[in-house]
Amino acid sequence: MIKKKYKELFAEKIFFCAGISAVLILLAIFIYLFTIGIHSFSQISFGEFFFGRLWNPSSYDAPKWGILSLFAGTLMVTFGSLLIAVPLGIAGAIYLAEIASSRSREILKPIIDMIAGIPSVVLGLIGLLFLSPLIAKIFGLSTGLNALSASIMVAIMLLPTIISISEDVLTSLPKEFREASLALGATRWQMIRMTLIPAALSGLFAAIMLGVGRAVGETMAVLIVAGNSLAMPNSYFDPVRPMTANIAIEIKEVVKGSVHYEALFAIGLVLFIMTFIVNLLADIIIEKYVRKYRW
Amino acid sequence: MKRRRNSRNIQDTSSEEIYLSETYNKELIKERIYFGIFKAATYISVMILVLILIYIISTGYKVISWQFLTSMWSHRDITKGGIFPAIFGTILLGIFVSIISIPMGIAAAIYLNEYAKDNLTNRIIKIAIRNLAGVPSVVYGLFGLAFFVLALKLGTSLLAASLTLACMTLPWIISASEEALKAVPQSFKDGSYALGATKWETIIKVVLPNSLSGMLTGSILGVSRAIGETAPIIIVGATFYMSYMPLSPLDKFMALPYHLFILATQHSSSYARDYALGTTLVLIAIVFILNLGVFIARYNLRKKKLW
Repeated sequence: MIKKKYKELFAEKIFFCAGISAVLILLAIFIYLFTIGIHSFSQISFGEFFFGRLWNPSSYDAPKWGILSLFAGTLMVTFGSLLIAVPLGIAGAIYLAEIASSRSREILKPIIDMIAGIPSVVLGLIGLLFLSPLIAKIFGLSTGLNALSASIMVAIMLLPTIISISEDVLTSLPKEFREASLALGATRWQMIRMTLIPAALSGLFAAIMLGVGRAVGETMAVLIVAGNSLAMPNSYFDPVRPMTANIAIEIKEVVKGSVHYEALFAIGLVLFIMTFIVNLLADIIIEKYVRKYRW
Repeated sequence: MKRRRNSRNIQDTSSEEIYLSETYNKELIKERIYFGIFKAATYISVMILVLILIYIISTGYKVISWQFLTSMWSHRDITKGGIFPAIFGTILLGIFVSIISIPMGIAAAIYLNEYAKDNLTNRIIKIAIRNLAGVPSVVYGLFGLAFFVLALKLGTSLLAASLTLACMTLPWIISASEEALKAVPQSFKDGSYALGATKWETIIKVVLPNSLSGMLTGSILGVSRAIGETAPIIIVGATFYMSYMPLSPLDKFMALPYHLFILATQHSSSYARDYALGTTLVLIAIVFILNLGVFIARYNLRKKKLW
């Protein structure tokens, strides 16, 4: 009996260790980014890093460490991709959750999930060979490698995330909502518009937040398609270099332990904090939401 | 589903018999228009996937040949070589990542679903898992470089890349496994406890046999996503050209996603583009075969389920 009890305890401890590993990994990521990244501020001022418009670390006499133009690139691609993916994704989610027959839903859902299976480097390649020449032709530009093309490619990547989470949110609404509004004589569109969407609003917002997190962190597609220019972008037809792409480009050539290496970790830290806040926000909303509607 | 169809019937009869006013008809027309838009939005997403696949297959098949798939990469004249080392590297990477992250992910999911009480520690674990899934891949790359490559002195190697990708895959595997565990009916566990089984015995003899296939299929999806990741392996270990196969986990390795990235963006050969598309086709084929396998396995499992 005692032996059995120890076995039980031992098993629980083992499983607990596996569970806690996620926390340890997250902590370790933060600690490494922070300790290395913060070191760069011994030689770079905070003001220059966050508000400097020039990023030119390889300059011999006067290296510049401003991430403002990189940050602008990230913001533009994130905003642009959401502008495309949110309407399309939420419309798709409404169709799948409320309108499609269960049979067609069962076929459509795995197909849309498959988009998430396309590696981002492949989307980048398609953006490079197919989309950007098309964009250049349509708008009469010399090159189609710009923030617009990058936004479109990232939008494709966001679709499965936004669709599947929004659909979960809509289907988790209590059926009483549907029955009550239909019983009052509403059409199904009135029911969706006046009852379901207002009730699901915070959940849909959480889905969008998770989309923001993914768009901010997307690397390979923007690295290939966004055009890689360090100049401050003025419009969506300008090439940009988002923060993720900048890290991926420069980290290979950099001397380990140099200021440049540490500055790239500082950019990583900025990315980590941004995505962490966005994900935490989405998490809190979903948690509240689930508690509200679990009858 | 039945419920919805019923409610529609009620609505139809009410519209015919009681309330055939003009405003109601207008609403119905509006409904038809909006539903049409929503349907179109869904099919646009599907069409995007179809178009991408058609593009890759129609452009990539040209360079696919036995030689392309099975010979070593020839650096000087890319038409004389193949991408076998890259295929080999990617498959090896997938196996290593699976070995590291699947047992750990499944164990973590069992903890969360079977042991964890609703207290602060466990809530933090859940938040950490969801946040881990949101960390950008390039940040995993930075972490892998600082921790596995430099601090643990693994060097830029297959092992460092596998560990980095395993960290990234872990949250996906945990959430997929949790889903499978939640599908095991509570009555199964209650029955086991009623017979005097302990928790450990219940997990081994009742919970695992009924959820393992679901956990494995979910995990394979996670790994199939990981082997397509490029940003982390650029940083921690992939190389574009090697004259030998990786013999130990501490060797560098070639991988399909990195290979196609270099071919598409940095290679000077005039055939580079075609070869990039051919490499893409091979990568997509591996990822989709894994996905399709999971889809079929799940379909068969659902048919076999008795509850």
